[in-house]
Amino acid sequence: MALKRVNAVIVGAGAGGGIVAKELAEAGLSVVLLERGKWYSPFDCRKDDLRNQRTSPLGQAFGPDDERNPRVLVEGAGHERMVRASGSGYHNNAACVGGGTFSYGAMAWRYLEKDFRMRSTYGRLPGSTLEDWPVSYQDLEPYYEKAEWEIGVSGDVSGDPFHAPRRRPLPMPPLPPNREQELLYPAAKRLGLHPFDIPMLRNSVPYNGRPACMRCRWCVGFACEVDAKCGTHNTVIPKALATKNCELRTECVVKEILTNEHGRVTGIAYFDAHDQLQQQDADIVVVSCGAIESARLLLNSKSRFFPDGLGNRHDWVGRNLQGHTYSGAFGLMPMDIYDDLGPGAGIAISDYNHGNPGLIGGAMLANEFIRLPYQFVSMIPPGLPRWGKAHKDFMRSAYRRAIAVQGPTQEMPVFDSRVQVDPVVKDHWGIPVARLSGDKHPHTIEISTVMAGKAEAWIKEAGAVQTWKKLPGPGLSAGQHQAGTCRMGDDPNTSVVNRYCQVHDVDNLFVIDASVHVTNGGFNPVLTIMAMAYRASDHLVKQWKGTRFA
Amino acid sequence: MEAVCAQIIPEDQDAGAVRAGVVHFMDTQLTRFYKPLQKTYRRGIAQIDQASLEVAGKPFAELPAAQQLAVLHHIESNPELKPFFDLLVAHTMQGFYGDPRHGGNRDRVSWKMVGLPYPPLRGRLRYDLTDPAKGERPWR
Repeated sequence: MALKRVNAVIVGAGAGGGIVAKELAEAGLSVVLLERGKWYSPFDCRKDDLRNQRTSPLGQAFGPDDERNPRVLVEGAGHERMVRASGSGYHNNAACVGGGTFSYGAMAWRYLEKDFRMRSTYGRLPGSTLEDWPVSYQDLEPYYEKAEWEIGVSGDVSGDPFHAPRRRPLPMPPLPPNREQELLYPAAKRLGLHPFDIPMLRNSVPYNGRPACMRCRWCVGFACEVDAKCGTHNTVIPKALATKNCELRTECVVKEILTNEHGRVTGIAYFDAHDQLQQQDADIVVVSCGAIESARLLLNSKSRFFPDGLGNRHDWVGRNLQGHTYSGAFGLMPMDIYDDLGPGAGIAISDYNHGNPGLIGGAMLANEFIRLPYQFVSMIPPGLPRWGKAHKDFMRSAYRRAIAVQGPTQEMPVFDSRVQVDPVVKDHWGIPVARLSGDKHPHTIEISTVMAGKAEAWIKEAGAVQTWKKLPGPGLSAGQHQAGTCRMGDDPNTSVVNRYCQVHDVDNLFVIDASVHVTNGGFNPVLTIMAMAYRASDHLVKQWKGTRFA
Repeated sequence: MEAVCAQIIPEDQDAGAVRAGVVHFMDTQLTRFYKPLQKTYRRGIAQIDQASLEVAGKPFAELPAAQQLAVLHHIESNPELKPFFDLLVAHTMQGFYGDPRHGGNRDRVSWKMVGLPYPPLRGRLRYDLTDPAKGERPWR
């Protein structure tokens, strides 16, 4: 049975989808926003260090659940295995209203101008699909600003001479520093670096009707108990619903996108919360499920016109899967520095994002979020036993003295790092699951290794008496920063969507999330996802002609 | 089981794995999230005793501490037994350093040991958060 036809159906209520829902609903379009997870509240902050989105030995707090959502991971040498959502190798991002923004650490970076022009800045890299974006920083700037003010960002980038030109400052001041930042700030200055306060999607003062951060230790991976973290779940999605033009349906798993005999999209088929198959017809379909699930949905939407999946005429859907290769350094100070002031991360340098001799790009480096004792268990120096008396002694003497700096290395996209649909394994609803395969580009490892050295030098200067590096390992990279699988470009032969996130050969189908990122910057990607969602929505609304899309 | 855990996190001036209730954590989780691992546990424990008999001539729990350590090092270097031992190490760490709600870390012994205040000392004790401009910034 088909449900009442609407103008737009949006699949996924995360960073991208939430914004699109609000923009379209406010422009007067009728919208259905579908989310496979639930709508959690601040009361769902269980402060459970063994069950959250960051550390999940006892499962994910905000989905997806282990039982119904397997994936297949192909590791080196072709060995493949089924992975659970809470297990390693799944490359999970939360499945709930707000998506990753519900429980993230909330760093709110604008990419730099060069991050959009990697190919013209650095040239061709063998073995990589390194390319320029079809849009520039200047194209996105107004939308970055809109995201910063509508969703809410605190911080102060005035100390960062590398940041790209901006018209307005951030709406909120930074939180006061914790002890780690107090040590790292002068140390960076002494090294001739340019430390500054990380922009964060977190209230430092009351904003948007919600209170300021109370600085607890359960931040990244957890729901915010006082609702001070700003995600789409507590900003744009409530606004979308308030227009009465948008209906949010949770626990709905989309099976496929439907097409007609003219090769246009007509709606979607999905399983509702009671596992009943439903059909939602719409003039426009927007796919915002995150890089892995968006690619999976397009690939699963096969028809006579699109035998290899939607947007996949040239075999680019699912390609260039990338995330961030984190590397950095740990150190021990001679005295206790733990002051229990969350979120922990607060100071960063952007000195090494570009201009590293012999390297393509680089990474932002920042101090780490508060490390709960169980997370600290594996943060041990090389050579220290993983168990026994020596390990216990280390935990006892080191926990309050630890200092950590790390950063997300901008990855070199690899064509064969990809999402496919598995020919055999199906999920609870009988839908073929995502099959992940590929590896990092060797140069990514090279850059990341250099970044670890920079981080180590910084904490040494801060006074650490013992330091050790966290070095990058091989294997596929995606995780919460997953991106790249539906590349944006002007040439339909080498990309999936155009500069407005519209699929090249299907004009009423859009992909609006990190899938469209050509490269993923040396920064956390969420603010760029949000800015791109605002920009794409803006264009979409301007092109909208009454009851149809032209 | 207790004997193995007692070697992974031994008792000293602070409680070890046994006194912190790590075995209780494992028992609890083996009926919940780790239910699929029940068989792995049964087989693994039998293998540890088997290895112990081969190396030291006695079941693991009956050995003196020094010999238990030697047996565990032997197990750790055996590629067949290592996966289960790694699992035990991981679960022991979870039970010891994780939240008490899951059945381990009795009286938050590990958190006291590392010096983590509980209940948390909120930052507002130190800073006036209503006006971040007034926050302490000694280095600016």
